Order: sequence, then C-alpha cells, then structure tokens
Amino acid sequence: MSGRKIDDATMDNVEILAKLALSPQERQKAMDEMEKILDYVEKLNELDTNQAEPLVHILPEVNVFREDVVTNGDGREESLANAPKSKDGQYIVPKTV
Amino acid sequence: MAKQYETVIGLEVHVELATETKIFCGCSTKFGGAPNTHTCPVCTGMPGSLPVLNKKVVEYALALGLAANCQINQYCRFDRKNYFYPDNPQNYQISQLYLPICHDGWLEIQTSGGTKKVRIHEMHMEEDAGKLIHDEWEDCSLVDYNRSGVPLIEIVSEPDMRTSEEVIAYLEKLRMICQYLGVSDCKLQEGSMRADVNLSVREVGSGRLGTRTEMKNLNSFKAISHAIEGERERQIELLEEGREVIQETRRWDDNKESSYAMRSKEDAKDYRYFPDPDLQPVSISTEWMNEIKSRQPEFQEEKAARYQKEYELSKYDANILTQSKHMADIFEETAGFCGNPKKAANWLMGETMRLMKEKSMEPEDLSFSPKHLADLILAIERGEINQQNAKKVFAAIMDEDVEPISYMKEKGLLMVSDSGAIETAVDEVLAANPKTVEEFHSGKEKVLGFLVGQVMKKMKGKADPAKVNELLRKKL
Repeated sequence: MSGRKIDDATMDNVEILAKLALSPQERQKAMDEMEKILDYVEKLNELDTNQAEPLVHILPEVNVFREDVVTNGDGREESLANAPKSKDGQYIVPKTV
Repeated sequence: MAKQYETVIGLEVHVELATETKIFCGCSTKFGGAPNTHTCPVCTGMPGSLPVLNKKVVEYALALGLAANCQINQYCRFDRKNYFYPDNPQNYQISQLYLPICHDGWLEIQTSGGTKKVRIHEMHMEEDAGKLIHDEWEDCSLVDYNRSGVPLIEIVSEPDMRTSEEVIAYLEKLRMICQYLGVSDCKLQEGSMRADVNLSVREVGSGRLGTRTEMKNLNSFKAISHAIEGERERQIELLEEGREVIQETRRWDDNKESSYAMRSKEDAKDYRYFPDPDLQPVSISTEWMNEIKSRQPEFQEEKAARYQKEYELSKYDANILTQSKHMADIFEETAGFCGNPKKAANWLMGETMRLMKEKSMEPEDLSFSPKHLADLILAIERGEINQQNAKKVFAAIMDEDVEPISYMKEKGLLMVSDSGAIETAVDEVLAANPKTVEEFHSGKEKVLGFLVGQVMKKMKGKADPAKVNELLRKKL
C-alpha cells in the first residue's frame, strides 16, 4: 500500500506512549484502523476555515468557579473501593522503577 | 588553546499554591494527611466526574504574574496533557499549553556580577500528581493521591541565566515574591517549590544554543548548584570528545552527587495536548486585574527603602530584615511595641538569626509574639536584666513564647537594684581578697575587673556591673 500515514516507526512510538504490547495481528488491525481515522479526519481539511473564529468551548459560559472552601471529607474508603488491589490505604500498581 | 564554554540555563519552577482546597475539587490540600484521605472522584480521575476551577488559583496566578511584570492572557483556558503513569489517575494532567494565563514577564536579580533581568517566558496553572512509594519488599508501587489535584503554577524562564549564582538569585527572588504575596510557602525540602534545570553549553561567542538536558529532583539550593556544575562538566566532556549531547531528562541523585538519564525527552506532540472540554474558559476583566493589583503588598525593595527612612536602619540591616515578609512583620511589630527599632533589629539579626541557624529554622518557622521580644527589650532598657540573662530569656521566648517578665521573676533572673544587697556582696569580696585589694592600691587598676567579676558571681549575674563598679571604687 502506498502513501500510508501510519508506518512501522509511527506505530512503534504509539505503542511506547500507550504502554501497549500488541500481537502482530492486533498491531496490523490497529494500524489499518488508525489509517481510516486519519483519512476520515482529512476530509475536514477540505473546508476553508480562514474566516472562522476558533471555538474554544461548546458552551458560551466563562468563569465557572468554586470558592476555595473544603467541602469534601475523608474519601479514602470510597476511592479505594475502586482499586483492584490496595495496601495500607494505598493503591497497589505494578512497580514503576 | 582550550575552548571556552558558556553555560546557558533556563528554569521550569513549580510552585504549590497555598490554597485550602485542590484546583478542581473541594478536597483539602493539607500536607501530611494519611494516604488517600484527601481524595474524591474528581482527583482520582473517576469517569463522569467533573472538575470545577478554584477561583483562588486564578487570583494567585494573576497576583504572581503581575508581580513578575507579565502580560496577562485575559482569555485563557485549560488543556489536557496526555501521558500514562500511575501518579496521574486521569491519564492526563490538566494544564495550560495554548493560552497560559501569564506570559512575557521578567524578574530583576542581583549577583556579584551586578543587576540582571531574567525574562519569563510564561506562567501557567496546572494540577499536581499523586505520590508513588516503591515497596521495598513486594514487587509493586503504592500510590497516594492526596497530592493529586493540588494547584501548581509553573513558571518558565527564558534561557537567560549563565551561572549557578544567577540561578539561585532568580529562585530566591521568585520565592520571596511568592512569600510576600502569600501564594506559596515555597519550601524546597517539602516540595512546595520544585525547580527543573534546563542546561546546555556552547562555545563563548556562539549565537546558537547547544542541545539541552533537563534535570529533575533538585530539592535544595546546594543540590541545584552541584547539579549545574556537574552537568556543565559532563556536557563539555562529551563535546571535547567529539560526541553529542542527547536531549533527555536526567535525575539528580543527591547522595551520589551525580545525575543519570531518566528518559529521552518526549516531544510536545507526544503529549497530544488538546483543550479540556470539561472546563469553561476563564475571562479576566481589566477590573479584576486592577483589583488584584491594588491588593499587592509592599514588596521587599520598597519595604527596605522605607525601613531606612522611617526607622533609620542601615541599608544592610533593612535588606536583611526584609528578605522574609514574616521576619519584616515581626520587626515592625516589635519596633512598634518597644519604640526602639534599632534594638529590635539587633535582636532579630543577632540572637534570633543565630538560634535559627543553630536549629536550622526558616524565618517562616518563627512563631513567638513580637510583644514578648519588645517587653524583653524594654526590661533591658529599664536595667531589670543584664544582656547575658536576657539571652536566656530570649531563648525561652523563641522556644515556648514565654511572657518575659513573669519568666524572669520565676527563674530569678531579675536584677537586684537594692544597693544594700550589692554592698554586702562587695564587702564580702573585699574581705576575702586582701591581696588583690593591696595590688589595686599599689596602682594595679586592672585587678578591678577581677573584683567586679567576683561580686557578679556572688550576685549570680543579677547586678548591674556599672553599679558594682561604682560601689567597689567607692569602698576601695
């Protein structure tokens, strides 16, 4: 296939960034799908946006603030209920160093 | 001839803000809570939770930006910086890339080389990450998200510094401004101020920047100095050997006093930044900016100038006392209570700083009442206590903030003003030292000092030496 946007080097980098180790089949499938996504998005380049103001947010509101007041109590139990594994009130994750 | 190299340094400084709550949720930012007790669905990145911006964070960022002569982006917003690491439960950090709140400012620093402006590229608001603890016994790491979502301001300088002296001066200046504004306590050891050093070297006269490395984990001014010297030498060595400097992040090891490569530096594009759709933009009106400006405190330079004028302190003294706003506040209150600014300055710069050094305290750690120091100064002026004993009382004021007058009474440190008691002591000493008395009469005036000392010893230091002197001469 010619003019591929997602080549092997790009895919290697994506795997590193996403911390994924894909099988050859998974890898091929992901590359094909990403290629399709890029082609789809490419369509947007056909539009002339020179005159359009960038849209920063879909809602018109600005300055949605909270006052600096503590409203949450001890959330440990609730938070840790979502942890697959925990120890001494802390989340257990695979060793990082 | 050997090539001459120039070091080029820029800093990324993270300052933890002194807010009560986190940047996007109502969890406490208090340091030292039991792990994960200050967490909620927002700061642990639970799906469906929504961040809401803490107004105080914007105000602190504005205050710091204005104090550092920055331009303000009156319309700014937040972006997501994507990366995968367990200290970051959302898999993205909420930060600002495209429209940071402040940009293009500068700070003026003083070094032995004179005055210099260090330009500030930008300042942005972002959230801190959680803390990872590596389990020594089991093959895993433990995560505490109490710090996740604590508000930070990152201050990015231009590569305008050339020596570690300039770097330290810049950091001290930044820390002083933050402390004066009350936006952060900036303690390097506790991590409320963290500096990453971007460093490259180039041949003197070259207009091009060399390849830079970024050094992390620098938690004292000493470590920063050593890391700068070490990295400069490492890069020069590589270049001299005809090798290349690789752009990478290096971690400083304070025990080994050397750095090692952590990871090759990710490109900005690797972080796939995009605007955070959960957060509305921030619009800063000119009135809001003016209001923040009008609340700015008197900064160090103005304060020092006022001290010289108002209190007639020397330039040196005024400069030392104003290095910390807390110290300056103690000075002004003490001077106000005792009406003797010079004495107040002497006690703070002498005994206070000596004890602080001995106990490795920062000015911010001082917690005694200025009124108590003032009362002690007044007691000395009234001749109720001598200098020696006053130091003992002051040590107790520093430690436990004791009320000096009752403490002096309780410990029996008050001076004996009753001349009868002193006279008795003088008589006893003269009777016990006939030989010395004879020596005095034969013209050896020097022995008087010895006799004064003997009387003072008898009085347990609680007599005015001038008075003892006077009585002795009279009796002799």
